[in-house]
Amino acid sequence: MSNAAHPEVVTTHEVHHDEHHAHHHKETFITKYIFSQDHKTIGKQFLITGIIWAIIGGLFSVLFRLQLGFPGQTFPILETFFGKNAAGGLITPEFYYALITMHGTVLVFFVLTAGLSGTFANILIPLQIGARDMASPFLNMLSYWFFFIASIIMISSLFVQTGPASGGWTMYPPLSALHDAGEGSKIGTDLWLISMAMFIVSSLLGGLNYITTILNMRTKGLSMTRLPLPIWAMFFTAVLGVLSFPVLLSGAILLLFDRNLGTSFYLSDIVVNGQILPNEGGSAILFQHLFWFLGHPEVYIILLPAMGMVSEILSVNSRKPIFGYMAMLGSLFAIAILAFLVWAHHMFVTGLNPFLGSIFVLLTLLIAVPSAIKVFNWLTTLWRGNIRFTPAMLFAIGFVSLFISGGLTGIFLGNSTIDIHLHDTMFVVAHFHIVMGVASFFGMFAGVYHWFPKMYGRYLNKTLGYIHFWVTMIGAYLIFWPMHYQGLAGMPRRYLDKSIWTNFNVFQDLDAMITVVSIIVFAVQLLFVFNFFYSMFKGRKVTTPNPWGANTLEWTTPINPGHGNWEGEIPEVHRWPYDYGKDGREHIMQTEKPGANESEHH
Amino acid sequence: MQVFFIIAILALGFLIVFQIAKASEYVSVLRGEEKTRKQNNRVNAFLLLAFLILGLIGVYYCNERLEGKILAFGSADSDHGLLIDKMMKISLIITGIVFFITQVLLFWFSYKYQESDNRKAYFYPHNNKLELIWTVIPAITLTVLVTFGIVYWFKITGDAPEGARQVEVVGSQFKWEFRYPGKDKILGKKYYKKTTADNPLGQDWDDVNNHDDVYGTGEMHLVVNKPVELVIYAKDVIHDVGLAHFRMKMDAVPGMPTRMWFTPTKTSKQKAKELGNPEFTYEISCDQMCGAGHTRMRGTVIVETQEEFDLWMATQKPKYAELMEAKEKNEAKVDTTAAKTVAQLEIKK
Repeated sequence: MSNAAHPEVVTTHEVHHDEHHAHHHKETFITKYIFSQDHKTIGKQFLITGIIWAIIGGLFSVLFRLQLGFPGQTFPILETFFGKNAAGGLITPEFYYALITMHGTVLVFFVLTAGLSGTFANILIPLQIGARDMASPFLNMLSYWFFFIASIIMISSLFVQTGPASGGWTMYPPLSALHDAGEGSKIGTDLWLISMAMFIVSSLLGGLNYITTILNMRTKGLSMTRLPLPIWAMFFTAVLGVLSFPVLLSGAILLLFDRNLGTSFYLSDIVVNGQILPNEGGSAILFQHLFWFLGHPEVYIILLPAMGMVSEILSVNSRKPIFGYMAMLGSLFAIAILAFLVWAHHMFVTGLNPFLGSIFVLLTLLIAVPSAIKVFNWLTTLWRGNIRFTPAMLFAIGFVSLFISGGLTGIFLGNSTIDIHLHDTMFVVAHFHIVMGVASFFGMFAGVYHWFPKMYGRYLNKTLGYIHFWVTMIGAYLIFWPMHYQGLAGMPRRYLDKSIWTNFNVFQDLDAMITVVSIIVFAVQLLFVFNFFYSMFKGRKVTTPNPWGANTLEWTTPINPGHGNWEGEIPEVHRWPYDYGKDGREHIMQTEKPGANESEHH
Repeated sequence: MQVFFIIAILALGFLIVFQIAKASEYVSVLRGEEKTRKQNNRVNAFLLLAFLILGLIGVYYCNERLEGKILAFGSADSDHGLLIDKMMKISLIITGIVFFITQVLLFWFSYKYQESDNRKAYFYPHNNKLELIWTVIPAITLTVLVTFGIVYWFKITGDAPEGARQVEVVGSQFKWEFRYPGKDKILGKKYYKKTTADNPLGQDWDDVNNHDDVYGTGEMHLVVNKPVELVIYAKDVIHDVGLAHFRMKMDAVPGMPTRMWFTPTKTSKQKAKELGNPEFTYEISCDQMCGAGHTRMRGTVIVETQEEFDLWMATQKPKYAELMEAKEKNEAKVDTTAAKTVAQLEIKK
């Protein structure tokens, strides 16, 4: 994987005539598919690793839902999967917490951060800005391999004797800091922390690369305000990640110190299992500040790329420009700024100073303004369009619907007064699964269906796509909508067994229904995975370079672009990417020069 | 065997769906791709509209089914809880309206503006006036919500009124312990390193305020219509005192005592009668995940009249008195045995 074997990366506009690009040199299997420095291959590596993780993380949720839906019943299949942790077909409480911890960590970080923004930032940035590759293809490759190492460590933690970390994906100390507080707080938590440290390195290497590439390597004529919206979204995502992930890293390292070196950053006044610990003066809440300083931007790290791609897909398939490009950009910017200023709304009931709390209420609810602008702009984009319902478009519409539903419940939780009651109840679970989990997944699916032809030169099967969309859409609402009611009854989240509670023990039918639906939805995701891998090799071939009639630069490359993306010169850009239906023309590519008597030019 | 069958059925189902999907692809090529594409488009547009209508019916149905199982807005059993209920109601009305309008527009536009040969998409890149309107309206609405929210928030989290009774709540894996001040109405000092089996809360016996403090576990006693301030500690990991019926909640953090106060407005008996459920009891749930026993970390609250409470208190022995008694007994034991030995020795002489 020497640099010499790698095509020259063009960094300035002056050398566009450079004829150096793919096919000129020999690539071995290893340099082409494994230690590849081609951004497209790296993107696919992120995607496929993400898919594998999504299956693992999703399967965990289905398995523990079995126990939640049918308490007391034994499921031999659980023992097959988990051995002594589910002896006799019943998950032990300790292992239940390990499962939800892994489910959360895997889906938030490994699937929706690496698998979503890692995939599409890699694939789309160079293609849509007209660059031959990332600013540093080598660091980009390292980014994937650090993610891979993080994955290996996390997977290995599933097989240690005391089980994986079980402190929840938020890993609050002292539960996560005291070896005696539970089985999962032993070696499993160390592995979790080390894996996350590797993951953060990966995400920083990726993020710095994305920012540099977007700022420096745009093709001629592509000013920042002519960038397609996915690129803007990836840009803000990368900025958020670069500024907030290091804070989590410091939090994780201090936790490792507390666990193994006897420091007291997070520990004070503790009597655990009758044993009096010497630590005094630490603050358990400090970790929460450090964690949520990443944790909240993280939500937008997950959501912004989905928003960007959805904006693009809605516009392309409505055959209409995105409404209010500058407002879309401004609201992305506002969300990115506010994302840093709202972390303590996760901590309203930790004993936080009430005055500080009130400031966070104000800032949190402010986010609803740019979010509302985005929703109204998406709606106006559909208005008087000529809409084509490709599977990608359906997922984009589904995204908007879920974003509305989940966003509005955020107005409840962001208001500290209501949060006192709803904090840590099933209402929270319902809220963030809809707005962050399922909505972002919809953005990701939309992206996969839309750009699959660019990735593999083939189409995904459409009928399977439609089945996938409809079952997932209906299923997502069936699973998460009624969950709000459990929260309104005060039912705390992360309860395995409600039988001893007189007031929370009233939702048995509902839990059973949710479990059955989640099994069906999971099965349909497997159908999608099958469609993905099958179509990669056997799908219908793409015969035209621009199958969706889109304007952006990736569709000016050959159907199967090599490393370097364009044969010959990199195209020059003359307009913004959203000239659909302008002056009676179906669409006008970004590369087309403005006509002599063209109306309003952007 | 059963598992094998299920897997076999699933695999078969997959195969069938896949074959249909594959076949539909060939059919579309045969029939003309453009024609099939347009048909698909119409079907999906219709389904989106159907989803909207059935979805709204579903929302209504779900509410009918589950409304009776939630804690109804306005049914809170504390003064603060009523404020929280009111805030929820305001938020629900506002978000409900927005939800309805935006979802209807989303699916209606999708249906109405589905691809048609007779329509050309309308080039409409921006409109500053519209954008200004839908920036300002949400901003004003949110100002209303923020104002209500913050006013209530300060009322709820402000200082407890003078004379509010204090009760100490201590969480540990996986139980709740309580301490009530005695006649002096002051909770004595404590230090975690003094914790022993006899002194579970680590009370400092040098502080005389501790001598009349009453210790209890599992069950918390409160007086109706009297403000109470909970002083909350945790021994090992973070817990959370969740009082759903009072709509109150506060973390218990090791090393950092937290506080919350409220006034219960109904006795447990009144509430049980009101609900027609003699089994009813107020519960304390641990709302912050605290380890394997999190699900079972249950406490109860008994709200009673002042007289009942005083009666109950009268039957409780302060931990200090208990310890002293035990000590005296021990000493007496030691004394008598000592006396016996002396006596025996004397007899031997």
